[in-house]
Amino acid sequence: MTFPASPMRMPLARAAVHAVLLLYTALCLGPVLLVVMNSFKTRASIFSAPLSLPGPGSFDLVGYMTVIGQGVFLNYFVNSLIVTVGSIAAVLLFGAMAAFALSEYRFRGNRALGLFLALGIMVPIRLGTVAILDMMVASRLVNTHLALILIYTAQGLPIAVFILSEFMAGVSKDLKDAGRIDGLSEYTIFARLVLPLVRPAIATVAVFTMIPIWNDLWFPLIVAPGEATKTVTLGAQVFIGQFVTNWNAVLAALSLAILPVLLLYLMFSRQLIRGITAGAVK
Amino acid sequence: MGSLQLQAVRKSFGKVDVLQGIDLDVADGEFVVFVGPSGCGKSTLLRIIAGLDEQTSGNLRIDGKVMNGVPPAKRGIAMVFQSYALYPHLTVAKNMGLALAQEGMLQAAINTRVAAASALLRLDALLDRRPAELSGGQRQRVAIGRAIVRQPSLFLFDEPLSNLDAALRVGTRIEIAKLHRQLGATMVYVTHDQIEAMTLADRIVVMNAGVIEQVGRPIDLYNRPATLFVAGFIGSPTMNFIGGADAARVNATTIGVRPEHLRVAPEGDWIGQVSHAEHLGADTMLYVEVPEIGLVTARILGDVVHDVGDRVGLTPQSGKIHRFDADGRAITP
Repeated sequence: MTFPASPMRMPLARAAVHAVLLLYTALCLGPVLLVVMNSFKTRASIFSAPLSLPGPGSFDLVGYMTVIGQGVFLNYFVNSLIVTVGSIAAVLLFGAMAAFALSEYRFRGNRALGLFLALGIMVPIRLGTVAILDMMVASRLVNTHLALILIYTAQGLPIAVFILSEFMAGVSKDLKDAGRIDGLSEYTIFARLVLPLVRPAIATVAVFTMIPIWNDLWFPLIVAPGEATKTVTLGAQVFIGQFVTNWNAVLAALSLAILPVLLLYLMFSRQLIRGITAGAVK
Repeated sequence: MGSLQLQAVRKSFGKVDVLQGIDLDVADGEFVVFVGPSGCGKSTLLRIIAGLDEQTSGNLRIDGKVMNGVPPAKRGIAMVFQSYALYPHLTVAKNMGLALAQEGMLQAAINTRVAAASALLRLDALLDRRPAELSGGQRQRVAIGRAIVRQPSLFLFDEPLSNLDAALRVGTRIEIAKLHRQLGATMVYVTHDQIEAMTLADRIVVMNAGVIEQVGRPIDLYNRPATLFVAGFIGSPTMNFIGGADAARVNATTIGVRPEHLRVAPEGDWIGQVSHAEHLGADTMLYVEVPEIGLVTARILGDVVHDVGDRVGLTPQSGKIHRFDADGRAITP
């Protein structure tokens, strides 16, 4: 009896796999690269040769000068960070607590509640924009960070509860019971035993929650368009005019906007890798 | 100090009755083993004793005090889990001392207790390690150490040897037996392995489908099983059960003969053909196909040569036949 050779063994198949992967990488990185590249060029060369690298003739930092020169732009960054970090913190805290309750305790309506929360994954929150705006106006939260944080927490919770409850159900029941016999409170069991063991899942949820929030234009535009609460994505729009668009500034603003989110991502992915305490509970 | 009384303890999950009225007294210092097939309710019963589950009805006393509804940490018990359940982020010493710290004991006193327990279990060299750096056997010793430092009135073991390999299992089994002699503490031990039950227990509680089938000393269960279930569960290889005319002759519905109580000779009460032979060195298992009865197992001391297809006769030793009535209860002479 013969076995078909593994595809990785055959050079042709291997090359094909890599070709597909490289193509995908190019598709993903291309637009980002284009933005970053052109943000370092003069306005004229952005239009005349958008695909060429910034060279001696075309190199220009005018976009960055404009962005940094406009002092308010730093505020936009701070706003984005407040909203994103605040939302992630709320999503992780409440999501983890809800997931622990759903996975650990047997009570009437447990399944129904889990299903209800999972429903939020399927229904896009933007469908409720008008009602949300009404609520925000009524509670005088328009043009506050809190308004955005509340909305993003609602948006992020369903997937967080869903993922975390799956992971928490996988944490050894014996470990939690050992804690109970040793006299640990339910809060200590949650915080000291279960949370550290699901840290990789928490990092995953954090990344998934963070990126759509940072990039969102919709809700900042609707509930917090005021100068004091503008986020980076919304702030970059000031350079896009009806008749004239300052492309240097737009591209520079977008390039800068990538940096904080990249840093946050690196932070969480380190957690992802080192969080696994395998082998402690067989 | 450490007696345990169960009175009509019942447990239902929805409409399923997992435990149907358990009555049991465990004396101070006794080693009692719950044994039975999976799903018989033995682990549920242990969890109820620990306070991790609450009984639907019935009373539970530890040291004479009613413990219904008392949280696990306040029952004066300690438990050793099958999966060890060590805290992955704490060192061995911290793992063992956590419960005491939780009770508010001073660090110096905790250290004394941990040192005493680790000396007993030869864990001194491992105190600063984390669970991930230990082997399976070491982890189980730490788990036992964590139970010892609390000086509980009752030790609970939930299949503590199931995750260990065969050689380690025998070693740890002997260690637990020694520990029981040294500490003189009351121990309740759950297992599905009848060898563990036979070797460790002062008394065995055989459970099946949520009821206690029989309680007794290991050798009594072997010699005088009260029901067909106990007869089949205790002893390896399992007892041969024979119905029909052979049973009717001694006024029983079923008779049982242990493999080691069958004499193998060229002629005998039952004549059959050897269908398989296992040579273990110290003894030989013969599987004999007897017409109208079926497969009968015989255990012969030493290495005896019988080929597959040989014709042999089997005769039960006198006085070693167990008789059972139509309900599966033993008929006592």
